[in-house]
Amino acid sequence: MYSFNYLKPVSIEDAADLLSESDEHKVISGGMTLIPTLKQRLARVEHLIGLEKCGLNEIKLDGELLKIGAMTTHAEVSESDIVVMENPAIAELASHIGDRQVRNRGTIGGSLANNDPSACYPAAILGLGGIIHTTKRDIKAEEFFVDLFETALEEDEIITAVSLPKPDAAAYEKFPNPASRYAMVGVFVAKFNSEIRVAVTGAGEEGVFRCSEIETALLKAFSSESLSDITISADGLMSDIHAEADYRAHLIVEMAKRAVTKSARR
Amino acid sequence: MILGEIDVTQVTLMVNGTLHKENVFDYMLLADFIREKLKLTGTHVGCDTSQCGACVIHIDGISVKSCTMLAVQADGCNITTIEGLADGDVLHPMQQAFHENHGLQCGFCTPGMIMSAIELIDGKPDISEAEIRQGLEGNLCRCTGYQNIVKSVQEAAKVERS
Repeated sequence: MYSFNYLKPVSIEDAADLLSESDEHKVISGGMTLIPTLKQRLARVEHLIGLEKCGLNEIKLDGELLKIGAMTTHAEVSESDIVVMENPAIAELASHIGDRQVRNRGTIGGSLANNDPSACYPAAILGLGGIIHTTKRDIKAEEFFVDLFETALEEDEIITAVSLPKPDAAAYEKFPNPASRYAMVGVFVAKFNSEIRVAVTGAGEEGVFRCSEIETALLKAFSSESLSDITISADGLMSDIHAEADYRAHLIVEMAKRAVTKSARR
Repeated sequence: MILGEIDVTQVTLMVNGTLHKENVFDYMLLADFIREKLKLTGTHVGCDTSQCGACVIHIDGISVKSCTMLAVQADGCNITTIEGLADGDVLHPMQQAFHENHGLQCGFCTPGMIMSAIELIDGKPDISEAEIRQGLEGNLCRCTGYQNIVKSVQEAAKVERS
């Protein structure tokens, strides 16, 4: 690890001010990606700005929306009574990220800011049509996820919370890589009054995306049988040593079917 | 970067019931702090990439991988390592269960296994085998094939129940 200084601002406003002072500064949340990256010297920072004293870990109902603070850990989300009652698909998704120790440190804000193409949360936030609140503005999920590890966040902008609408039914199903446990393909399916939203992680060359073929099929009938004749093009999907693009295309449909079935059981 | 420019921060931590005040470089990993500053070498560093779980400790009662956290981040916290479990010669029930069920071979992963397992069974005396296997997914053992580790944790859960 290269050397750096660690700062602990006591408010998110102070953290944003510190962040804006230099592009050599970086915010750290749970550090489950950033610390390994620093250890491998894949990143170098002058100052790390820890958000642990800034609060931001409240879970509450904000009107119709479930609002989760950016510093809320995956373990806290998965065990929160409010999340389990209002949006159980999110609680279940959070309970399968990484392992227990990662869930005890990793946060929803950190996961979204990192926008790993195989992370689970981006599928849920895009699948539900959530809103990402930052120190500067509110960003719609559609506009937030830009490319691999790239978001709409500006250099000195920090996520403070995320708001999620309540679906009529929703579920997430992933096919984890057997070694890393990251999603080789993960599909979040959400049914609203007049809309079906399906978001796919782990597969797209540009990160998380919505799958219109599956959405259209499910709009006719929200059942896994609606997907039995669907095939997804492998164009734009990732190929690596773990899975070829056409296998990922197959997994997208399969995971979507399982997610639909799971959502009906709730 | 010149060494003189780097902050040294004083951290105050309670480790296994003893208060420690130490100066650390901000980039020092918590696992290194525990092993090299405090000489508590029961916490192991296996993979150093947050996968194997040999470095698991408890911070304010919650299990974390100490190779993926900085010492400055633990300032003000209450830490328990494997050395803090036994009461003199009396082993912690989880340690006793590993001892009686031969829940280890080389022993390298054992401190992390035990720290993770204690959090895992807390409040879950009726935990199933499947839940134990799932719950220990962040701890790797290259010797045992996990059979006796799972058995040990089940036995410890039974002790908790009684």
